[in-house]
Amino acid sequence: MISLKDVSKKFKTKQGTIIAVDDVNLDIKQGEIFGIIGYSGAGKSTMIRLLNGLEKPTAGQIIVNGKEITSINEEKLRQVRHKVSMIFQHFNLLWSRTVAENIAFPLEIAGIPKEQRKARVNELIELVGLEGRGNYYPSQLSGGQKQRVGIARALANRPEVLLCDEATSALDPETTDSILDLLVSINEKLGLTIVLITHEMQVIQKICNRVAVMEGGQVVEEGDVLKVFQNPQQPITQKFVSQVSESAQAVQTIQNLVELYPHGKLIKLTFVGDQTEQPILSRLIKQFELEVNIVQGNISHTKSGAFGTLILQLDGDALAIDEAIRFIHEQKVSTEVINND
Amino acid sequence: MINTLFPNVDWPKMWEAALETLYMTAISTVLTAIFGLALGLLLFLTSPHQAWANKLANWLTGAFVNIFRSIPFIILIILLIPLTKFLVGTMRGPDAAFPALVIGAAPFYARMVLIGLREIDKGVLEAARSMGAKTSTIIWKVLLPESMPALVSGITVTCISLVGYTAMAGIIGAGGLGTLAFLDGFQRSREDVTLVATILILVLVFIIQWIGDIITTRIDKR
Repeated sequence: MISLKDVSKKFKTKQGTIIAVDDVNLDIKQGEIFGIIGYSGAGKSTMIRLLNGLEKPTAGQIIVNGKEITSINEEKLRQVRHKVSMIFQHFNLLWSRTVAENIAFPLEIAGIPKEQRKARVNELIELVGLEGRGNYYPSQLSGGQKQRVGIARALANRPEVLLCDEATSALDPETTDSILDLLVSINEKLGLTIVLITHEMQVIQKICNRVAVMEGGQVVEEGDVLKVFQNPQQPITQKFVSQVSESAQAVQTIQNLVELYPHGKLIKLTFVGDQTEQPILSRLIKQFELEVNIVQGNISHTKSGAFGTLILQLDGDALAIDEAIRFIHEQKVSTEVINND
Repeated sequence: MINTLFPNVDWPKMWEAALETLYMTAISTVLTAIFGLALGLLLFLTSPHQAWANKLANWLTGAFVNIFRSIPFIILIILLIPLTKFLVGTMRGPDAAFPALVIGAAPFYARMVLIGLREIDKGVLEAARSMGAKTSTIIWKVLLPESMPALVSGITVTCISLVGYTAMAGIIGAGGLGTLAFLDGFQRSREDVTLVATILILVLVFIIQWIGDIITTRIDKR
């Protein structure tokens, strides 16, 4: 759906040249929710603006929906933008227009006749759950409602791609959840591809299928959200993952755990996807003559499944412990022995 | 009673002069709004990072605005005598005041338009571009509506300045309350004529400000 080949973007400033996006290659598939995460200054804002031509790359090729958008003229680019729409952190609604008029704006730009505009606007108001608010002005709405207007406006011309520029960063956690739910539901209902940038790992965890991690203008890590969560490679990714799974905290305390539980064996189980639903623990206790003690546990839910870690203390006969570990292995749960006594 | 307080005031003449002032103010305000908006938009759109970003055009427009804004109005009228004679054909009567009024006030209003346009949230402009809006659509559907309260309060201030300018234009014979106050009142030492003309100008200014304020509050939905 979207592919970037060797894309770079440099800005010339008085202080010198800034490389905002540095030789990025990406492929975003039709219908997926693709997240780009990074701290501010990582280049993600520039990156998302490359996808609808608000910024032009200094080098490389960007293909959106089969069209190379780096070399086309303004007129054609405007046509592309009807199908690649965008929502913003600060909503960017026109205060001078009512909710309905804001949603109608892109339809006016696309030259849709008035009657059709009206019908479409009503559909969209219903889709985003703003029934009865059509005649309100943005200043009369809450942040979450404003973003709903933003989303309705972005969907007006039936786009194929929706770009989300920190769309939930100005919202409180509860409202963030409701907006994320809305994004997932339109992704499923309309089959539209969503590309979002954020600095919050919760957002990636909750709705993305795949994620790219950006640092210093480069994509340093990329892959399925579940895999990245399970096995983050780069330090920055580990930092982001720890925002939600607190595994860093766990690592810190392993030394303490070893001191706290000197007997038996400490093992760490890592669950992915369906395995989290298996009753491994109860089987372990039923089948083996062991003391099983839960030391620490945590399960995180991502869009493509859950993953989690569980640290157990197994105490008892050494042979039985080994057999128990083999049993867990057979359940295809990855196991790691933390200490031997 | 009124005749004893203002013995020298010729009321039908005063009324006629008031209408002339009203006429000059109204027409010159409309023309100033048009030219001032055009100049202000040009200043904004040719500035860096905007749709028509162009250093030379921006500098030229800026220079034009600054030069005509700096010339004292009374001098501007005299400087513009040849242009006025060419455009209007005469130097006398209300119509002769228009070139000087508009050239004097439009650059002043253009600055206020520019300030209003700069106050528009840049994110809103980016959103309009992200929807595939043309520059003309952005002008008519984003820039002007989103800066409307500033544009209206700006034209109110400009309109009030124009009332003052028409009085000055009156001194060189444009007619209106200015001419009456100066020629019939001041020069013939009839203070009551000057006083009544001044009061009428004051009333006009208050009415303009009142209308401007009402419109500004009504259209501001922020």
